[in-house]
Amino acid sequence: MTPAPLTAADTTLHVAPSPHVFNMRMTVTRMMIDVLLALLPVVLAAIYFFKWYAVKQLLICLIAAVCAEAVFSRLRARPLRLGDMSAVVTGFILGLSLPASAPWYIGVIGSVVALGVGKMVFGGLGMNLFNPAMVGRAFIMIAFAGKMAASGYLVPGSGVDILSQATPLTLLKQSGQSTSLVPMLIGATNGSLGETSALACLLGGMYLYWRKVAAWEIPAGIFLSALLVGLVNDFLTPGSGWTFAHHLTGGALCFGAFFIATDPVTSPLTPTGKWIFGLGSGTLVMVLRLFSGYPEGLMFAVLLMNAVTPLINRWTIPRPFGGA
Amino acid sequence: MQVLPTPTERFIQGILPENPVYRQLLGLCPTLAVTGGLKPALTMAAAVGFVLLCANIITSLIRNLLKPHLRIVVFTLTIATFVTIVDRFLAAYLYQMSKALGPYIPLIIVNCIIICRCEVCASRQSVPAAAADALGQSLGFGLALAGIAAVRELLGTGMLAGYPVLPESWPDWVIMVLPPGAFLTFGLLLALVNWISADKQQGEGGGS
Repeated sequence: MTPAPLTAADTTLHVAPSPHVFNMRMTVTRMMIDVLLALLPVVLAAIYFFKWYAVKQLLICLIAAVCAEAVFSRLRARPLRLGDMSAVVTGFILGLSLPASAPWYIGVIGSVVALGVGKMVFGGLGMNLFNPAMVGRAFIMIAFAGKMAASGYLVPGSGVDILSQATPLTLLKQSGQSTSLVPMLIGATNGSLGETSALACLLGGMYLYWRKVAAWEIPAGIFLSALLVGLVNDFLTPGSGWTFAHHLTGGALCFGAFFIATDPVTSPLTPTGKWIFGLGSGTLVMVLRLFSGYPEGLMFAVLLMNAVTPLINRWTIPRPFGGA
Repeated sequence: MQVLPTPTERFIQGILPENPVYRQLLGLCPTLAVTGGLKPALTMAAAVGFVLLCANIITSLIRNLLKPHLRIVVFTLTIATFVTIVDRFLAAYLYQMSKALGPYIPLIIVNCIIICRCEVCASRQSVPAAAADALGQSLGFGLALAGIAAVRELLGTGMLAGYPVLPESWPDWVIMVLPPGAFLTFGLLLALVNWISADKQQGEGGGS
């Protein structure tokens, strides 16, 4: 008995831009909601430590991001896909990467650039080369250097204690001072809203891993390479109070490793590629922290690795079973 | 033999239908490099306009003497002559501007807009057509540069041609006067021009 001939429906392979959805219960919307749930501990920590500053900043970014997505979709005559929540995620990640005290227009301009120039110009979700939130942040970082640099984080007399301290990485860069580890772990230091609490980021990251939304190879690669470079640095500059543990818990490393570098659209597709991406990002972060004029380098590290992602994808094309 | 456009058509084509920057994407080096402010942009546009006009007229006058294999050399020599005149003129009378524009004035010699116009129009058509073409293309180039420079200077410094326009509290978008601002502004304005003309074409198509 001959098998039934294949119909067109059987032979059609569905090809779509990433994020690639790998089972029927997982949709883009579900994936984005998972990211939002994972962001929940980070958001709560930010609100706990930065009070109304965090609420205000996050709301501004959220509203601006959703409006920008709507306006740019309209301009390009694309169907409006606010329902997939990706604009909400971008708005949250951008907001969490800003200083608590940044003026309102910084959040608005950052969100508009993130969604407009970072995403919709390339053709919308799945087509963008660079992480949209980081494109927006890089734009405002260079445009408003004064508001985003060390002094931008300080708000004297605000009633929120940590806003009167310099960020740990700035203290290290400018006066070589170290900060004790416990506040850095739980987040009781100054910094960008979402990055201060390493613990909250870790919690969110675990959820992402459990839901299989983010690739574990990328954060693993980032932590591993940051750890190695940190250890070498400890060995070369003994006696400095700032150790590899500070490098791992400080700055945006945890937040970026779990929530920024793992963006499925702008990171490589294969496990090997993800390892290369993670190791490269982590090394670049450390190089920028140790040798550049900026105290933190996660944003530039991720953007640089985004730029080579198509190359990594080409290098790591898996050999098909039975192929040469 | 193909019918070549009349002087009037040449003039109008330069402004938008064949705008050197937005349509032909030529002369992008000065477009990106000197549009940080309105003043340098307009000076550059005037310099290119002068060189283009003179080069087009000379090329048109000698068009029957041109040998095909030597024409590019002749174009370049003609252009270089007028660029040197502009360069020395600016250094003598507008020293600060000459210093601010730096190498971009001598670089007009290799500006493709001018060689392109010599080749496309002046080496084939009479002096009036060549002159009208030069004026139209220069106007198009000037408008393009002024547009980009106005956006960049306004957002980047809150000023236009050095005069404060926006209120004191305007936060300067430093990135706009830096090179990335040039690329972003140029790309977005290019998209805007394409979008407007696509809209217009659709409207005309629907009407007919």
